[in-house]
Amino acid sequence: MSLSADIEQPDDPGARGPSKRAVEIVVSLILIGLAAAVLYDSYGRGAGWNGGPESGFFPARVGWIFLAGSLFLLVQAFREPPAIFATWSQLLMVAKVFGPLALFVVLVEPLGIYAAAAIFTAVFMPIVGGARWYTVIATSVLVPLVCFVVFEIEFLVPLPKGPLEAMFGY
Amino acid sequence: MDDFSALLAGFQVALSWHNVGFMIVGVLLGIVVGVLPGLGGPNGVAILLPLTFGMDPTSAIILLSSIYWGALFGGAITSILFNIPGEAWSVATTFDGYPMAQEGRAGEALTAAFTASFIGAISGVLLITFVAPLVAKFALRFGPAEFFAVFLLTFCSFIGMGKDNRIKILVSLCIGFLLAGVGMDTISGDLRMTFDVAELMRGFDFLVVVIGLFGVSEIFLTVEEGLAFKGKKAAIDLKVVLRTWAGLPRYWATLIRSSIVGMWMGVTPGGAIAASFMGYGLAKRFSKRGDNFGKGEIEGVLAPETAAHAAGTAALLPMLALGIPGSATAAVLLGGLMIWGLQPGPMLFVEQKDFVWGLIASMYLGNVAGLLIVLATVPLFAAIMRIPFAIVAPIILVVCAIGAYTVGNSIFDIWLMLLFGVVGYVFKKLGFPLAPMVLALVLGDRAEDAFRQALLGSGGSLNVFWANGLVTTLVVLSAILLFWGPLSDLVGWARSRGQGKPALGAAE
Repeated sequence: MSLSADIEQPDDPGARGPSKRAVEIVVSLILIGLAAAVLYDSYGRGAGWNGGPESGFFPARVGWIFLAGSLFLLVQAFREPPAIFATWSQLLMVAKVFGPLALFVVLVEPLGIYAAAAIFTAVFMPIVGGARWYTVIATSVLVPLVCFVVFEIEFLVPLPKGPLEAMFGY
Repeated sequence: MDDFSALLAGFQVALSWHNVGFMIVGVLLGIVVGVLPGLGGPNGVAILLPLTFGMDPTSAIILLSSIYWGALFGGAITSILFNIPGEAWSVATTFDGYPMAQEGRAGEALTAAFTASFIGAISGVLLITFVAPLVAKFALRFGPAEFFAVFLLTFCSFIGMGKDNRIKILVSLCIGFLLAGVGMDTISGDLRMTFDVAELMRGFDFLVVVIGLFGVSEIFLTVEEGLAFKGKKAAIDLKVVLRTWAGLPRYWATLIRSSIVGMWMGVTPGGAIAASFMGYGLAKRFSKRGDNFGKGEIEGVLAPETAAHAAGTAALLPMLALGIPGSATAAVLLGGLMIWGLQPGPMLFVEQKDFVWGLIASMYLGNVAGLLIVLATVPLFAAIMRIPFAIVAPIILVVCAIGAYTVGNSIFDIWLMLLFGVVGYVFKKLGFPLAPMVLALVLGDRAEDAFRQALLGSGGSLNVFWANGLVTTLVVLSAILLFWGPLSDLVGWARSRGQGKPALGAAE
């Protein structure tokens, strides 16, 4: 499988990547930001007592604990022993999945989920590699088709449909 | 005995043709879900849950819980044949399972794993049968303050007993609570934490979050690790099965020990993952052949599998009796109960007798069916693992997206799924546990309601949380559990300093 061959190449630059500490710091900063947003929102609506707990009462208290925890994580992050989060080549592999997947979600709205799934599969498989062209075509036709039969016809679950399905009268 | 006749009636419900059919379909789907990376117990149940909205609740939960059993069984297949744990709780199974497969004893290892799973599950179900009604009866006396205290107990034991960084568990819980709070507040009608984004008005549905956190992120991790599936061949015939079974009674002590560990870890939300490692660690320490562990010792397969399955099953006890799930999958099932219009909690045993006992009966039958099916179909499922990842991954992702969409018929949910996929990937890499987040997300609203009602009743005074013996006991227990972990760390640290070497057994 060429998927594994891509990764197992023992190249030195590939062993580098963003440091775990940096990622920890960024994540804890994001969490602190979220905690601040929660507190801002809760106190904005009222987090006190007005004949009963106001709607911000509980979130505000959780928000304070959350803020304290996130601040602690930030401190902890600085004391993190040096290690890498993931190598750049690993992150590239993740991006190769993320990219087509994001494209898929964009296409669901205009094309419907089935056509988008076909395009997604057809784009995804060559990018990740390891499949011949006829497998790619067969998979990208069969997967949406089977999904269509299962969900639209068997279980009567309405999924987003686009112009293609309209052509066939669905 | 009143409960006994209820259980018999439950068997009648569960043994109807279409429920047995759902059981078989569920187990098969569950094995697929357990075998494939990127689909797991919580995620598989979450994807299928929307399809059951129109079904009779009893049939629906039989289908979904059978998926759960199947996933528990399926995890062992990949661990033993491919050295790839399909589920986190089967990591410990790889330690001895894969070496056995390498020696050509795959059939024996698989039979042992499935049988151990079965024994673990049945002990969990027995626990549920006899203890759950008592717990539920006891819990009928609970008021809002007591319920909040039980929630507190759950969350504190997560933090105290967890194996991850405790601050990360805490933060993970907080995120779950806050996500649960987003959207319309049921009591005041206020829009909370939506920041004027119309799509957030509905809040975050836990199913979408689960599909992202457990499904999409798992695919990211799989490609990152660049897994090449190179499996061992497995042939199970009746002779191997019978020979393995004949050898099992020798390991009764391990089986019983692991069952107890598993049941304990499942009821307190330590979870199947921790249970499997604990079962393995204890078996290694107590076994006469402990030195052989890791080299293909059958006991090393039996111990973690029994514990994991016992925990996975016992996790349903607090879910049924108290409405508090002991694992991520149980949390998803609990969410299902609410969607089907059942109010989880102790009243379930009073108001929905048929449902509860039908479910309990189906646990016995589902596990028997699971054991037989899994023994018969191993080669088939091993073949699934040989399908190239390039084909499997898009199928899983498309199914995840469909699952996320069907929850609320909203394309925005698919975006959320993608977002939580990335969050799950980063969190897993950084060692944030995901189960507490899901648990808090599912329970958040109910914990908050209990908290508010308790405070309303007392006029805002926190004294209500130590107003009577019961609630005080629960709160004190929570505090003990919360500080148990940090204190034992401290003791271990002090001892290792005193002796100048790391404390023995700290790894377990």
